[in-house]
Amino acid sequence: MMDFWIILTAVLVASTCSILGCFLILRRMALVGDAISHAVLPGIAIAFLMSGTRDSMWMLLGATAFGLLTVFLIQTLQTSGLQSDASIGIVFTALFAVGVLLISLNAQHIDLDLDCVLFGEIAYVPWDTWTLGGTDMGPRAVWMLGITLTVILLLLGLFYKQFKICAFDPAMAVACGIPVLLFHYLLMGMVSMTAVSSFESVGAILVVGMLIIPAATAYLLTNRLGVMIGLSVAVGIVSAVAGYLISYALDASIAGCIVSVAGILFILALILAPKNGLIARFARRRNTAQAV
Amino acid sequence: MLDWLISLWSDPNTRWILMGCTLLGLGSGVIGSFTFLRRESLLGDTLAHAALPGVCIAFMLHEVKSASLFLIGALVAGIAAVFCVSAITRWTKIKSDAAMGIVLTFFFGVGTVMLTHIQHSGSGSQSGLDKYLFGQAAAMVTSDVYILMGVSVLLVVAAMLLFKEFKLISFDPGFARGIGLPVGLLEHAMLILTTVAVAAGIQAVGVVLVAALLITPAAAARYWTDRLPVMLAYAGVFGALSGASGAAISTLGEGIPTGPVTVLAATLLFVLSLLLAPGRGLLSKTLRHRNLKADYARSAERGALNAAEGGSQK
Repeated sequence: MMDFWIILTAVLVASTCSILGCFLILRRMALVGDAISHAVLPGIAIAFLMSGTRDSMWMLLGATAFGLLTVFLIQTLQTSGLQSDASIGIVFTALFAVGVLLISLNAQHIDLDLDCVLFGEIAYVPWDTWTLGGTDMGPRAVWMLGITLTVILLLLGLFYKQFKICAFDPAMAVACGIPVLLFHYLLMGMVSMTAVSSFESVGAILVVGMLIIPAATAYLLTNRLGVMIGLSVAVGIVSAVAGYLISYALDASIAGCIVSVAGILFILALILAPKNGLIARFARRRNTAQAV
Repeated sequence: MLDWLISLWSDPNTRWILMGCTLLGLGSGVIGSFTFLRRESLLGDTLAHAALPGVCIAFMLHEVKSASLFLIGALVAGIAAVFCVSAITRWTKIKSDAAMGIVLTFFFGVGTVMLTHIQHSGSGSQSGLDKYLFGQAAAMVTSDVYILMGVSVLLVVAAMLLFKEFKLISFDPGFARGIGLPVGLLEHAMLILTTVAVAAGIQAVGVVLVAALLITPAAAARYWTDRLPVMLAYAGVFGALSGASGAAISTLGEGIPTGPVTVLAATLLFVLSLLLAPGRGLLSKTLRHRNLKADYARSAERGALNAAEGGSQK
């Protein structure tokens, strides 16, 4: 049963992240995802301090607000003339520093380990259960991830066309009368929610891995957005399950193994992809050379 | 306040750490200015995360905790990571931001696996390996501080010796190539210096925050001047101030970590620069804008009056 809950959590993290990752990659905002996943830390710490518990609703709201604040700050700095890479770097390191400081100053009030912040502790998920009216409802992380995934599927299902146009051609989206800024913040809000609900399971840095790596792997394999999302989720789920099994064999961090497997799948796609892979490219180049 | 400063200076251990962190801030600020101008600020972040497997392999090979071995491990892993990023961007349609994200999380993931494997295998000397990674300057011993200081001096001296070349490849690599400079070689040299700065900084401020030592002081310095030598000086001073305050404030209490305080000090300097710097700061921009508006309004009014008078005389 323990294994079941851990694998279910990992699969939920993988699918939530993989779906959103596709849009981040297409909008060239992979590192904004990185920034958000670090910057939600002070939100989580403040929610802990204010509510005094690990109450999920507070954490989800507080940290999502910080995620949006990050995006807002990065954009404000950019419009004030600072280059984008530097504004991302300044904002996320500052917010992460605030989070680490809050946690270490209130170590006795916050039941949150700094190692767990970086690596996550998915192995403890089954013990951290949510009780409603005295009945055990199952692990809290599974509920949070489930809610996040539902929200994402709902929003993407309703506004798929709009998100698609915004991802590929924001200028055309504006011309069509789509409120691009609103959809931008909706996407960033979903990324923040995902970062928060995956945070305790896989840690700040590996969330980014799950956001970017499966989506980039799928990006190498297809040119169609719908197919890309499907492939990305498949890569994410395969990495989650295989990573769990490998971590069991190696006696090492589950989250680390999941991301490593995703990375290996990416390398395989890089070499073997039918059109964009290295082998296909070199074969094509040789054919052209021979034809000439 | 004064007592506290005196006590900082009188304790030899604290004094060394304070000097080490100050010099580290200085060196990273100077090197960071070049990476900032080349718009490669986030490379520091990639290098820092990628250092994790390097450090773990160095530990697994020698079973000792030694700052110089870790430095070499981090250096090799960092160079491998940069190579992977450029390979991905060159050979696929993936853009550089996603490539950096992929490489940094993959290296960090592999590093996490190694770190937990080492911790669970339970050889006695592994304790403190995570301290090294998450940055606690107080945990440094004297030999670590010597290495930190040596590295920082090396960074500043190298930046001074290669100043003209680095300036050219930061502002106009095409021109640099045109006049026959070995641009590829110089870019590699700059990359190695950045990696050295990051690898040395990890111990003081930690994997996640070390990127800020490169980015924030340089970005703050940019507001004060348009001249590179002046910018390097500002960035160095800002970095040194942040390093010093981080090391000093973290001696105040048991639970105050060095890294976050250093980064927040740098951020504070950045915000002050953003608001108050003459010329490029927000305050002086707003004032200038307002003056311009007032001038225009006045001249428009005068023009309208003149026109009205001219009309009535006719």
